Amino acid sequence: MQVEVDVPKCVASGQCVLIAPDVFDQRDEDGLVVLLDEHPPAELNDAVRESATVCPAAAIRLVGS
Amino acid sequence: MPSSPSHPAFTLTRAATAPLTPPPLYAQLREEEPITRVSLWEGRLTPWVVTRWEDARTVLGNPAFSSDPSLPGAPTFVKDTPQSPRGFFQSHDDPVHAAMRRTLTREFMIKRINALRPAITRLTGELISSMVQLEQRPVDFVEHFALPLPSLVICELLGVPYADHGFFQTHSKPIVDLTATAEQRVAARDALVAYLLDLVQVKRQRPGDDVVTRLAAQVDDGVITDEDAAALSTFLLFAGHETTANMIALSTITLLQHPEQLPRILGEPSQVADAVEELLRYISIVHGGLRRTATQDTEVAGVTVRAGEGVIIPLGVANRDPHAFADPDELDLQRANARQHVAFGYGIHQCLGQPLARAELQIVLPEVFRRLPDLRIAVPLEQLAFKENTVVYGVHDLPVIW
Repeated sequence: MQVEVDVPKCVASGQCVLIAPDVFDQRDEDGLVVLLDEHPPAELNDAVRESATVCPAAAIRLVGS
Repeated sequence: MPSSPSHPAFTLTRAATAPLTPPPLYAQLREEEPITRVSLWEGRLTPWVVTRWEDARTVLGNPAFSSDPSLPGAPTFVKDTPQSPRGFFQSHDDPVHAAMRRTLTREFMIKRINALRPAITRLTGELISSMVQLEQRPVDFVEHFALPLPSLVICELLGVPYADHGFFQTHSKPIVDLTATAEQRVAARDALVAYLLDLVQVKRQRPGDDVVTRLAAQVDDGVITDEDAAALSTFLLFAGHETTANMIALSTITLLQHPEQLPRILGEPSQVADAVEELLRYISIVHGGLRRTATQDTEVAGVTVRAGEGVIIPLGVANRDPHAFADPDELDLQRANARQHVAFGYGIHQCLGQPLARAELQIVLPEVFRRLPDLRIAVPLEQLAFKENTVVYGVHDLPVIW
């Protein structure tokens, strides 16, 4: 699975950081999303998918399965 | 649009026997007509209401729907609600909303909120210790715990002296009370803004490690004005006040109604986190729902919502949608997809303070049941006075013994 984030769309709800802290973080200056791992290991697929589902700004995109 | 007998009145009235379940009307509408017109303000407006989780997210995620309460046709709680100063960014659209929200996003970063956890734990312990020393029984859990805890936390975050706590209680009430007039609400809000405007000056002279100090710095950097800083702080004060307070009180009631699930709230951090998500879904305190107005013709669930027409999105109803949550009226603290709830809203306006709300609930609820294992409500559930005509659902008081 490949993960993409759309930083300008991010509203800093922080949900992805709670659900998949190994994949997402927040910038210190404004709390917007930082992608830590563009190709997370398969065992994180469910967490990444859930992050994309609950992201209120639809700022997380998944490519491939 | 004239009133029509075929449009049911928008209601917040729940069945007397089921105070923790949304009004039965909406479950019925969800199956029969998932987007339908309702009558508001005694029939003077007939906005749409959406009752499905998916449609709620569609509307809340679509920038064609405005949050400006002063638009003609806006289905506001109170008729003739004026637009607020831009610091109250929940009622503004982008780009104004985004610019204002962006001044505060870093304050609610997960790592910043995690740094607040020791303070929240300390305040929780102190409040419980004070409460158990009271001589009277029963004790009002709302007055002595649920309300002061989030007040203390938000005052700590902002840098507001707790001595001014009573002032905030008094002036935040009309803002969330649907029976208050538009004038009363504006007057209360203005009193809070005036106080915070003074505090911005105080913090400029004597900076602290707090939000108001950092907002004052953003004023000095030319990002916002003093008035914005005061309005943003006021917005945080009342947004973080009654919401968490009512969530604490209603979660306590809900957990006491489901004693077989209490071990989950006393379990591992991940179990507690899951339990809190389910409580957020099940209780959904913003019971009057969010309000939007279409700025262009937009299709929702097969119906065209015309430009200028309003849509009401009752979050608690979406969170009980069986298409999204299996057995939605059952509390299941292990529910796998509980965090897909829309209790904090959805879209660009989704609650900025949600990491703080989660941290407070994750700390407070286990601590209450650890310290007071024999906690119980002193009266039958049907004798509790629930807050019907308020933006935020809750109980006026909660007499408890232990």
